[in-house]
Amino acid sequence: MTEAAFAALLESNAEDLYDNAPCGYVSTLLDGTIVKINATLRGWLGYDDEELVGRRRFPDLLTVGGRVYYETHFAPLLHMQGSLGGVALELRAADGTRLPVLLTSVVKTGPDVRLIRTTVFDASDRRAYEEELLRARQKAERERDRAQELARTLQRTLLPPTLAEVPGVEVDAYYHPASLDQVGGDFYDLFPLSGGAWGFFLGDVSGKGADAAVVTSLARYTLRAAAVHETEPVGVLNHLNTVLTGTSPRFLTVLCGRIRPTAEGASVVLANGGHTPPVLIRADGTASLLHLPDGQLVGMLPNARFSAAEVHLEPGDTLLLYTDGVTEARIDGNTRYSEEALCDELSGLAPAGAPAVIEAVTRLLTRLGAGVEDDTALLALGIPVSAGRSR
Amino acid sequence: MCPVDVVRRNNVVLTGNETGPAVVLAHGFGCDQNLWRGVVPALAEQCRVVLFDHTGCGRSDVSAWSAERYSTLDAYAGDVLDICRELGLRDVVLVGHSVSAMVAVLAAAEEPDRFAGLVLLTPSPCYVDDDGYRGGFSREDIDELLVALESNYLGWSAVMAPVIVDNPDRPELAEELRNSFCRTDPEIARVFARATFLSDNREDLGKVTVPTLVVQCAVDAIAPPEVGRFTHERIAGSRLVTLDAIGHCPQLSAPEATAAAILDFVREL
Repeated sequence: MTEAAFAALLESNAEDLYDNAPCGYVSTLLDGTIVKINATLRGWLGYDDEELVGRRRFPDLLTVGGRVYYETHFAPLLHMQGSLGGVALELRAADGTRLPVLLTSVVKTGPDVRLIRTTVFDASDRRAYEEELLRARQKAERERDRAQELARTLQRTLLPPTLAEVPGVEVDAYYHPASLDQVGGDFYDLFPLSGGAWGFFLGDVSGKGADAAVVTSLARYTLRAAAVHETEPVGVLNHLNTVLTGTSPRFLTVLCGRIRPTAEGASVVLANGGHTPPVLIRADGTASLLHLPDGQLVGMLPNARFSAAEVHLEPGDTLLLYTDGVTEARIDGNTRYSEEALCDELSGLAPAGAPAVIEAVTRLLTRLGAGVEDDTALLALGIPVSAGRSR
Repeated sequence: MCPVDVVRRNNVVLTGNETGPAVVLAHGFGCDQNLWRGVVPALAEQCRVVLFDHTGCGRSDVSAWSAERYSTLDAYAGDVLDICRELGLRDVVLVGHSVSAMVAVLAAAEEPDRFAGLVLLTPSPCYVDDDGYRGGFSREDIDELLVALESNYLGWSAVMAPVIVDNPDRPELAEELRNSFCRTDPEIARVFARATFLSDNREDLGKVTVPTLVVQCAVDAIAPPEVGRFTHERIAGSRLVTLDAIGHCPQLSAPEATAAAILDFVREL
């Protein structure tokens, strides 16, 4: 190419630069009426100049959904901030085909008139790719919903639908899942035994997810079945330990008990399988950790030793069993909530019945918020003050 | 349970003449209370002007939003009533733009004694065409809009959202963000769009017993004049004003005429 020819091409006039630019140009009045449009955009749309200028509004060239978007978002924003960029919409050509575009607009203010100048980029390829991404995201969202639903369903099957009623004893329970995606390993139950007694347990399987859920399920039915023929909670834990040891790399901590209503309240025998100490909230307003004789983790050693203690609940007393999701909650950097803090929290509350204690800890969990990194199970057994139970 | 802090939830802003009649301005689908900025100065001279953002929009408390609650217009009407009660407003003139016109209809049907009058700005009781009724849209059109919403987040970024929410005492942070007036969490926008464009409130128009002014634009792609006329005809004793304006937001494109129509109505009550 000669230098002169190159210069001529480079110095093409402004009109040519405008009309044959590699993007669409359109100028409209503030109400959208088209006053100028370049050849590139006319070509994309398949309209003549006279069909558009002064006759059509730019939003009329959009798809119907796009027009609503234009009126509710695009136009108000342009009015308020004078410019707007990168908006993805679709134009409808004369032959009905759709052209995905990216729009960028500025409001140009003259002495008496204001115009909207808009550049239009063909975004067909980009939009196809974005739709792929959108579809992938929607698929991921659906799968996540399904996984969460599955986790919820599984979690429900690991908890009793209702707790048995124990005459003269108020019971309440709560399960706080830390994650929607994963089923946790905490569990509890309360069920009738023969001879005017009720069995109960609350525990925590190490780890999370499907593997932990399998052990949780196994632990639950083993505990319930063992409680039928083993009269003492320690015997129940021995049985569970035998079943679990060697079958799974997982272990668990659990409190296993038997409650028997009496004339003055209830007598509770509690066996400890390496679990955090329960809180005893007395009628006189004090709350203390009930330190049970040491007991080892369940499912770790073939000859693990467990022991039990007995405690009497009187009118106004409430016993709270919990898993360490609450006491291990992160409260500030590396500091964690503690058993003592939980005890302090509840001492201000005493005397309180089982529902009030559960409600207080539920509120506490809300307050601890995202600091609660693990599931928390709560089970409270209390003797109502008015329960002067007579035989 | 703590009572809901309505003022914070809906970013309620009070301005104007404290002794004047209370005029509550309810924005429509798309942006937030900033949309009223063109009419507020004129109204404020004579009226007590109450601005707010619908829950989930603008600088409302997004944590108060849930898809279940806000999937019907009743929830938005309930919020408007909450605001009126919280501020102890009586004889309220409620101005509802676009979808909020129907929110106003629902609120006035629920608690007519609270309101002196309604101004329905570019209202549509039903956007989707139905047997013998022309709302202007088909179900497919609305699905197309939902797609347009999905592809346009207008500067929305989940990372930036907490910056705005957590700094209510530094509003300039929000101002600096482009498109902040129309920034909405895409999930919230989708639920609001569905509640807006798939609602059918034609039956509710007959329940309005307070004086009502219907204001429409001569050309409006979203609420065409025939829809405004339908609304007017179904509300007994209502008045219809057609502004010589184009578009769906006359408070932006014709702020003087819009404010004048509202003020004329307020004065006559």
